[in-house]
Amino acid sequence: MTDHDHMPPTPQAIRAEALESLLIEKGLMSAEAVDAVIVRYSERVGPMNGARVVARAWIDADFRKLLLEDGTAAIEEFGFEGGQTEKLVVVENTPETHNVVVCTLCSCYPWAVLGLPPTWYKDPAYRSRVVREPRRLLAEMGLALDDEVQINVWDSSAEVRYMVLPMRPENTDGMDEAQLAGLVTRDAMIGVARL
Amino acid sequence: MDGIHDLGGKQGFGEVHVEPDEPAFHERWEAGVFTMSGAGRLAGAWTNTDRFRHSIERIDPVAYLTHGYYGRWLGGIETLLVEAGIVDRAEITARAIAAGAGADDLIASRPAASPAPIGEPPPVEGARRETNASPGFSIGDLVRTRATGTMGHTRLPAYARGRNGTVIACHGAWVYPDSNAHGRGEQPQHLYTVRFAGSELWSDGDSRVNVSLDLFEPYMLPARDHD
Repeated sequence: MTDHDHMPPTPQAIRAEALESLLIEKGLMSAEAVDAVIVRYSERVGPMNGARVVARAWIDADFRKLLLEDGTAAIEEFGFEGGQTEKLVVVENTPETHNVVVCTLCSCYPWAVLGLPPTWYKDPAYRSRVVREPRRLLAEMGLALDDEVQINVWDSSAEVRYMVLPMRPENTDGMDEAQLAGLVTRDAMIGVARL
Repeated sequence: MDGIHDLGGKQGFGEVHVEPDEPAFHERWEAGVFTMSGAGRLAGAWTNTDRFRHSIERIDPVAYLTHGYYGRWLGGIETLLVEAGIVDRAEITARAIAAGAGADDLIASRPAASPAPIGEPPPVEGARRETNASPGFSIGDLVRTRATGTMGHTRLPAYARGRNGTVIACHGAWVYPDSNAHGRGEQPQHLYTVRFAGSELWSDGDSRVNVSLDLFEPYMLPARDHD
């Protein structure tokens, strides 16, 4: 975690700690449980999991087919923890079509494969704009798409969770699955970047 | 509910600020709030995600925009814990002031004075359910979404009300958030992915943009009934 010791705590930080201490006194939660959450989402649940899925899809045509037909079934063999994938839909980028994921009402996100979402994904600017002006927003975020490229925005308004299958970069023919996974970024799996 | 959370298409928020190499949690209290979301469930303050989601929608709208993601969660969790009688709002405030909070600090939570009884059955794993009702729509159907908003929790964003779209996927029956969030039971409904053209949603819409939403059957009518 970042060192914020030089900044005074925000009112919400103080209030959260007040409530936490009350819940600990009532025996409803423990400081150890907080430590476990930090370890879980810092070390085990994160975009490195989705990267393994993408790399597998790039080298295994049968897996790719299953992943696009039934994402939840396809990732079962990996045994990821983290949840939010009761129904995982994986959408495939092509040279002609680009996919990008958002949750305008909340911050829904496939935790098991991507971890907890970045702050920008949860903030009003991204949530408000990507459904209205995705091409302009993506360009601002560093992804300039030609006007001819079809953009499909997926607003995850129910319990379905979405992940983008990015296109495999060129000149990666000799790479194995682990090397390919190392090329895959969180942003490419949300759809705000290409590889 | 026509709340501040319904952000799709709102204008004026400016650039997206990306933090390189962002950690899972910036400060420990954020992980504390994350942990509380499980503790509150175990304590019986709520048993379903829909009620939890709606508690965040009910927080102070200024706090919603300024307190950050875990500040919003804090507001929702506190609302439900207070409404369930598990913690006392004045007790939290007194402890926060003792720790340096200001007496006039904006508090996100907005517990109801007389909350409706929870009345929820014990939680059931997941949100997918079996139903005897046959789906009203199938892939390729043209649909028109309901034009009006609702008082409570819903998954139909304002920007997609009263719009024509095409069903592109059918997902079976799922717990209906609009009833489940309010203790009115799961009332499972068929869920569909509906694709809308950007130009159908926005007067300034891009003709090479589609926006797809996951919508429950009660949100929609066959498009032919309207056109």
